[in-house]
Amino acid sequence: MFEVLFLQFLNGLDKGSAYALIALGLTLVFGTLGVVNFAHGALFMIGAFCAVTFRQLLTLETVTVDPNNLSPWGTPVEIRAPLVQAWFGDFGAILVNYSVPLSLLLAIPVMLLIGIGMERGLIKYFYKRPHAEQILVTFGLAIVLGEIIKAIFGPNPIPQPMPTDLRGAADIGAWLGMAPGVITYPLWRLVYFLFSAGIIAAVFAFLQFTTFGMVVRAGMADRETVGILGINIDRRFTIMFGIAAVVAGMAGVMYTPLLPPNYTIGMDFLVISFVVVVVGGMGSLPGAIASGFLLGILQSFASMTQVKAIFPGIDQIIIYLVAVIILLVRPRGLLGRRGVMET
Amino acid sequence: MSNFMSRKDLTLFLGFAAVVLLLPILATPFGAAYPDLLQRFMIFGIFAVGFNILFGLTGYLSFGHAAFFGVGSYAAMWSFKLLSLNAIPAILFAVVMSGLFAVAVGYVSLRRSGIYFSILTLAFAQMSYNLAYSVLTPITNGETGLRMTLSDPRVIDGLFTSASGAPVPSLFGMSLSGWNGFYFTAIFLLATFFLSMRISNSPFGMMLKGIKSNQNRMNYTGFNTRPYTLTAFIISGMLAGLAGSLLVVTDPLAGAERMQWTASGEVVLMTILGGVGTLVGPVIGAWLIKYFENIFSSFNDNVLNNFYSFLPDGLREVVVAVSGKFVGEGWHLSLGLLFVLIVVFLPGGIMEGVRRIGARFGHMRKGSKSSARVGATAAVG
Repeated sequence: MFEVLFLQFLNGLDKGSAYALIALGLTLVFGTLGVVNFAHGALFMIGAFCAVTFRQLLTLETVTVDPNNLSPWGTPVEIRAPLVQAWFGDFGAILVNYSVPLSLLLAIPVMLLIGIGMERGLIKYFYKRPHAEQILVTFGLAIVLGEIIKAIFGPNPIPQPMPTDLRGAADIGAWLGMAPGVITYPLWRLVYFLFSAGIIAAVFAFLQFTTFGMVVRAGMADRETVGILGINIDRRFTIMFGIAAVVAGMAGVMYTPLLPPNYTIGMDFLVISFVVVVVGGMGSLPGAIASGFLLGILQSFASMTQVKAIFPGIDQIIIYLVAVIILLVRPRGLLGRRGVMET
Repeated sequence: MSNFMSRKDLTLFLGFAAVVLLLPILATPFGAAYPDLLQRFMIFGIFAVGFNILFGLTGYLSFGHAAFFGVGSYAAMWSFKLLSLNAIPAILFAVVMSGLFAVAVGYVSLRRSGIYFSILTLAFAQMSYNLAYSVLTPITNGETGLRMTLSDPRVIDGLFTSASGAPVPSLFGMSLSGWNGFYFTAIFLLATFFLSMRISNSPFGMMLKGIKSNQNRMNYTGFNTRPYTLTAFIISGMLAGLAGSLLVVTDPLAGAERMQWTASGEVVLMTILGGVGTLVGPVIGAWLIKYFENIFSSFNDNVLNNFYSFLPDGLREVVVAVSGKFVGEGWHLSLGLLFVLIVVFLPGGIMEGVRRIGARFGHMRKGSKSSARVGATAAVG
């Protein structure tokens, strides 16, 4: 029984990581700029499509038709020569194999630019406007971004293969001294979890231990005073928006092998991530992380057949059910502070 | 005039009724004068007007109104299957069921306000949607959608006549397809509009507006705001259910996708586009969105090629390729852009645009500020 529960716990971690990363970005944006960003899921989606683009670029190939060499049904054979392999040989093959993690290199600058562009181009005009209008404008933006991706990449999910070395399963049970084969866990999910944990730790360390982070935290507490002290807090908040976009984008890149991305993936995750943020408490970074993992793991437990036998359909609604209960019992969410979003 | 209605309101209502009833003629130049589309104009007009009673008057932004719409659809369909093909019991049943659902959801959600309320309603709608797709399949028929069959019991109909032919909804034997369906739904839209007008001008409506502008102050004044918000929520949910049932009357298929949060988002778009809190605005928004959905999504490259036929060939191909992304399958892109532009530049929606233009004209004509303001309020209606 313990093994089963432990396995479900592990299964919840990868979804929980994705929720936590998106919720982290949402909370950063909300905490710094005070903007409720419904387009954040779209950033996750754009990240995922950075991975798609990167792989498409890597697998560009020249197609030459050999008229002398006919296939059995009489058409000329097409000779496909991948450019990367032609240029780099075996190293090119490795590049293609590791396209998903490598596309982080593309995703980071792209997301930073998109994030800063979004903030400067649109969001900054909405600081002073009511939350309802912020929700609406970012909701419209999310539709636009989703549709642009649909226009470019088509409506169907595009599967992304994971690197062959990371394809197997990790025998976590054996690592922990149990019998081998009791608890096996897909290696890529483990990678995803460790990656997310690393990102989360990096963001927290950045906010906690750097001067920039200190200024940002001060600005979150009292924006005006920091401004009066002669610090250009707006520029730092813009950069934080960029960082939040990068976090969402990286989460999207690394998630592609687990779920083939299409243009609706952003909204699918966003709706849940908003619930995650609210459960964690608006404006609380640790709350967002905790409730992201909590809801991911609860969702995993709820999809056990034993649980579903007792409460049919519980796996479909558990996240929303928990959100309703938490909001009614603890109106500020798990770790929410006083005075946030209470006007 | 009597206390029942001021002259201004009566004019507005009569004008609105004239536009609605003459829509088959008025819509002809726009190529929209066919019954299927006009029925949708009416139905989504009802949905948006109902939504506006909650969002526009009370200021509570619900992101889960499609759930009531869906409940109305399913309830009407079950009435058709179990009771009678007559539309009246189906609509009554749908309104009652969505009202009961709204009582439950509203009672819980209205404990919180602001974004928390939005998230709570979203959570309830997503729960309904997910359940409709999975566990509730016996009731909702899951992905296939619920439709009528010849073998349904139809208890009441069975008492009078023996079933013959494919089942279609009717009104005491009168078919409700085509223009009949349009006028049937139009009557409901007029009734809904009248209701919303009466609510807006009533003491109850004043309470709701007070809650929107400052709920705390209302509480301090000694009012318990909860019953008022709950009533507004229920009325709005019932109207959503009415719209849902009318959609089933005119197009007998109920599917779960109309409960999805995108459908909830759509009614928010309609209301914002037209003008939140105005009477006519939500209807205009609903009409515009349904019109563009219909017209834009039917465009294809051939139509575009004809449209841009005055351009030189090379340029035309580029223009067609670019604008092709905005129509047909991609018309949501145009919708999203339009929506962003509206929220950025015209947060009051089209009605605010009308008011601004009206104010400018009034200003030019009378040359005095006070008259411009009078013109403005009159235009808002």
